[in-house]
Amino acid sequence: MSAVEYEPVIGLEIHIQLATATKMFCGCALSFGEPPNTRTCPVCLGLPGSLPVANARAVHFGLMIGLALGSELAPRSIFHRKNYFYPDLPKGYQISQYDLPLCLGGRLGEVRIHRVHLEEDAAKLVHVGASGRIHGSDASVVDFNRGGTPLAEIVTEPDLRSAEAAGEWLRLLRTTMRVLGVSDVNMEEGSLRCDANISLCPAGSEQLGVKTELKNMNSFRFIERGIRAELARQEAILRAGGRVEQETLHFDPASERITSLRSKEEAHDYRYFPEPDLVPVAIDAAMLDAARAALPELPAARAERFEREIGLSADSSHLLAFRAELGDYFESAWSAAVDPAPPAQALANWISGDLLARLAGGQAVASADGEPGGAEGQGEATGTDPSSSRVSPRALATLVGLVAAKRISVGAGRQVLDRLVADGGDPAAIVQAEGLAAIDGGDELAAIVAAALAAHPEAAENVRGGNAKAIGPIVGHVMRETKGRADGGAVTRLVHEQLGL
Amino acid sequence: MIDRDEVLHVARLARLKLDDGEVESMARELSGVLDHIAKIGELSLDDVRPTSHVVEVVGRLRPDEPRPCLPREVALEQAPSVADGGFLVPSPQA
Amino acid sequence: MSAPEIIDLSATQAVAEIEAGRLSAAELFDAYRARAAADELNCFTWVAPGADGSPPAERSATPLRGVPLAVKDLFCTAGVPSQSGSRILEGYRPPYTASAVARLAAAGAPLLGKTNQDEFAMGSSNENSAFGPVLNPWDRTRVPGGSSGGSAAAVAAGLAPWALGTDTGGSIRQPAALCGIVGLKPTYGAVSRYGMIAFASSLDQAGPLTRDVTDAALLLRHMVGRDECDATSLGHPEEITLPTAESLAGVRLGVPEELAGEGIDPGVLDAFRGALERARELGAEIHDVRLPHAPHGLSAYYVLAPAEASSNLARFDGVRYGLRRDAPAPTGDREADEDGGLVGMYTHTRHDGFGAEVKRRIMLGTYALSAGYYDAYYGRAQRVRTKIVADFDAAFAEVDFILTPTSPTVAFPLGERTGDPWSMYINDFCTVPMSLAGIPAISIPCGLAGDGGGGELPVGLQIAGPVFSENRLLDAAFALERALGFDGSRARGGAAA
Repeated sequence: MSAVEYEPVIGLEIHIQLATATKMFCGCALSFGEPPNTRTCPVCLGLPGSLPVANARAVHFGLMIGLALGSELAPRSIFHRKNYFYPDLPKGYQISQYDLPLCLGGRLGEVRIHRVHLEEDAAKLVHVGASGRIHGSDASVVDFNRGGTPLAEIVTEPDLRSAEAAGEWLRLLRTTMRVLGVSDVNMEEGSLRCDANISLCPAGSEQLGVKTELKNMNSFRFIERGIRAELARQEAILRAGGRVEQETLHFDPASERITSLRSKEEAHDYRYFPEPDLVPVAIDAAMLDAARAALPELPAARAERFEREIGLSADSSHLLAFRAELGDYFESAWSAAVDPAPPAQALANWISGDLLARLAGGQAVASADGEPGGAEGQGEATGTDPSSSRVSPRALATLVGLVAAKRISVGAGRQVLDRLVADGGDPAAIVQAEGLAAIDGGDELAAIVAAALAAHPEAAENVRGGNAKAIGPIVGHVMRETKGRADGGAVTRLVHEQLGL
Repeated sequence: MIDRDEVLHVARLARLKLDDGEVESMARELSGVLDHIAKIGELSLDDVRPTSHVVEVVGRLRPDEPRPCLPREVALEQAPSVADGGFLVPSPQA
Repeated sequence: MSAPEIIDLSATQAVAEIEAGRLSAAELFDAYRARAAADELNCFTWVAPGADGSPPAERSATPLRGVPLAVKDLFCTAGVPSQSGSRILEGYRPPYTASAVARLAAAGAPLLGKTNQDEFAMGSSNENSAFGPVLNPWDRTRVPGGSSGGSAAAVAAGLAPWALGTDTGGSIRQPAALCGIVGLKPTYGAVSRYGMIAFASSLDQAGPLTRDVTDAALLLRHMVGRDECDATSLGHPEEITLPTAESLAGVRLGVPEELAGEGIDPGVLDAFRGALERARELGAEIHDVRLPHAPHGLSAYYVLAPAEASSNLARFDGVRYGLRRDAPAPTGDREADEDGGLVGMYTHTRHDGFGAEVKRRIMLGTYALSAGYYDAYYGRAQRVRTKIVADFDAAFAEVDFILTPTSPTVAFPLGERTGDPWSMYINDFCTVPMSLAGIPAISIPCGLAGDGGGGELPVGLQIAGPVFSENRLLDAAFALERALGFDGSRARGGAAA
């Protein structure tokens, strides 16, 4: 008897804070860690008589997001009030969008977008524990600096089928938003937040299962683990013959436990109605043109250009295009007019391999010998952006050019890179100063080869006898003597010459 | 037309405490008003678009330029309870 | 000039006297301040403690020359109590001033005092104030109307030369009618709402309450204007000018049977018909018009306004300002403690801070928006509103203005209508349709009527026009006002020593 197979059905609800100068509905500058309640005004404090006025730039960013996702942009969209009581909601309602959002539909990668809309962020509630002031019960302090920050809410269709797929897609979304320049999209800082809607459905069945909402996961790893934990929880329930309850859940990464966030209050009835204090947003040709003009090259298009026009491998193209900082660095290096010029693929490999490895402390993505691809590293957490290193794009291009032209050996090249990472500078000068120029021939090398052959007579005999692999110790000897500067090919040629092969 | 349970439910949504006597009179008064209002249920309004704004204007967006904020003392001035530079409230449950 | 002579001047006349050097702004301010401070009608919740602070020279360079203004309590006035007639905002002093008030102050109309009103502008009699009812200067046993009762009574009693009020369903026009003065509700969007403590956002409008039509025009002129702080503000396409019309020749006036027949008191109807006669004598043509959905206006209004109010008043939660009541300490009784902590703070604060009418409307509005009821109530009411707009559009294709009595009754005795909510709401049935349509409407006194209880009390005539027709509306009202010759000075006699 085979057990029923369950298929995960996952949708994501993402909030990104927009990188405008001011809040969504008032002119307060956005806050980055200022002392509490120093970035407020009558509007974002919800003082009596205050009125909201929508931020033009937030709408502009919303349009850019819609264009990048291939959504339909509503010619006319309106704001709605979402009514509920909470201390971080100064008006007792959040201004959001309901049935006429800014963008509908769209797609990013393998996932369809349901909608994108604009809204304002809530303030921050900080728990201060038992204060003894209010009957000894717990108290919280509200800081309204964050309240009113513009948010774009992106809701996907439930097209994701695994926790890994969700994590990967979220990274894609993050890169896209970063490339657009509409948000810092930093999970640790709270400018990117993600909730997941999760259900299981029997394989082959059309019927959707009951879905739960998983909230408050604030890192990529927690999201994947949380989704995995919830899928496991739901499967266990279903296999035991039970029913999954529709509820809002919280994932505790320390204990891997899923707990219910349902409070003793009833489910919210938000009583949405059109916001009477704001007029509809109408998209005109000028706004559309401005949004289109502001669109940078998006990752998919960039990858295609790398492959088609520059001739990088598919894997290298994808890697550099979807990690914008690597792509930017590559293009700067590629366009630096150095002589000898580096081949494109070699340049790509050095960046994603040896350079990144040195910057990230050992997490190589690909080796410099030309083996591209491999899983994406954990760089997003450690921020390995080559442009913030001491290795200028021009310097790297020069280095790769020198190696490709065999002016220095690969080994010497790595030594030069170590020097560049530590102190910056110019590769040619370093090669000069440390005497790393390749030895690829001439009397000096011939003499060293002769000495190596004399020092390893058995190896020499074996090579003469046709065992190519036996050349190892001879080459090793030469490399040690030349401090890695000898060109491997030249050494092999001289060995064969001197052995009369 | 609106019974005690519904009154309690709506009062909860509106975060209004109603004493026992108030619940009865509220049910009575609201029912009376709703009886009058119910007449709009008799009108034929299927093809009619709802009016959310009598003002026929769109756009009215604000340039993304910072304006002066309130000094913190002013923001906190009228607050019933203050701590750590912020507004002190009982913690939400759950 | 003697004090009685001073307060006999209309605001426009006072401006002229100050400009001519025959009166000083300081004298004028002091005369009114003294009367306001001695107010026995409970018109004021706050009176300026002394002379207006700005130097005389500055004031004299302004259009309004320092003629002081009484301002309804719900307008935010920085550093001065702005309570919207509610306990929940008792003593609240905002850090900013409403745009309309700031505009008028810059034009030379300094703040004389804040006037009493129905709590959160909800009421038609000023009996819903947390600070006590206002008395009608014509008869102190009767109501002045509401919600701008304090402003209307102050002007009628000569305690202020003019006043600012707000109108959501009739709250300027109806008290103006009951107090025998002029009240104007402008086109929605003509005056900024920034700084007006909100009742119903899509209906609220600030407007003048004055002794005569010319004063209303002068005050309106300096109130209108687009405000970048209010996304719904439009300003006015024309400059508001002072009216001069002496005839109504060629003017077509429409009288809708739905708002000028059934439900109106006989005495009011008589005065109304008398006004129509005057209009004919001035050359106007009187036509019958139909406003078929006007009878449903009150129902639509009492869904839409409370719905918006229920949301606008959610910010009064005890967190950032105003009254706070903490929940009682936990007792261990589960049911009682359910209402503790944060939720208890909300519910107890709002229970103690809001009066009965406000609670009723919050409940009504919350109900109308709640799951399962939105389409039947809010959705339908919005559609009725569309129909009413269309009715007015059709009518204005036939006539220039629409005339109705402003209020179905004259001022009624205090306490007469507080028992049944709908009996109070019905006071607005002639004024609410104009609010729903966003069109401008003015009330001018057109005569006196008894109500069987003795005494003759003012009757108001409402004139409504298409959007942005204020200048022509004021002209028509001015011409009629001259012809009607209503004398309101009696009410100014007995209000203060």
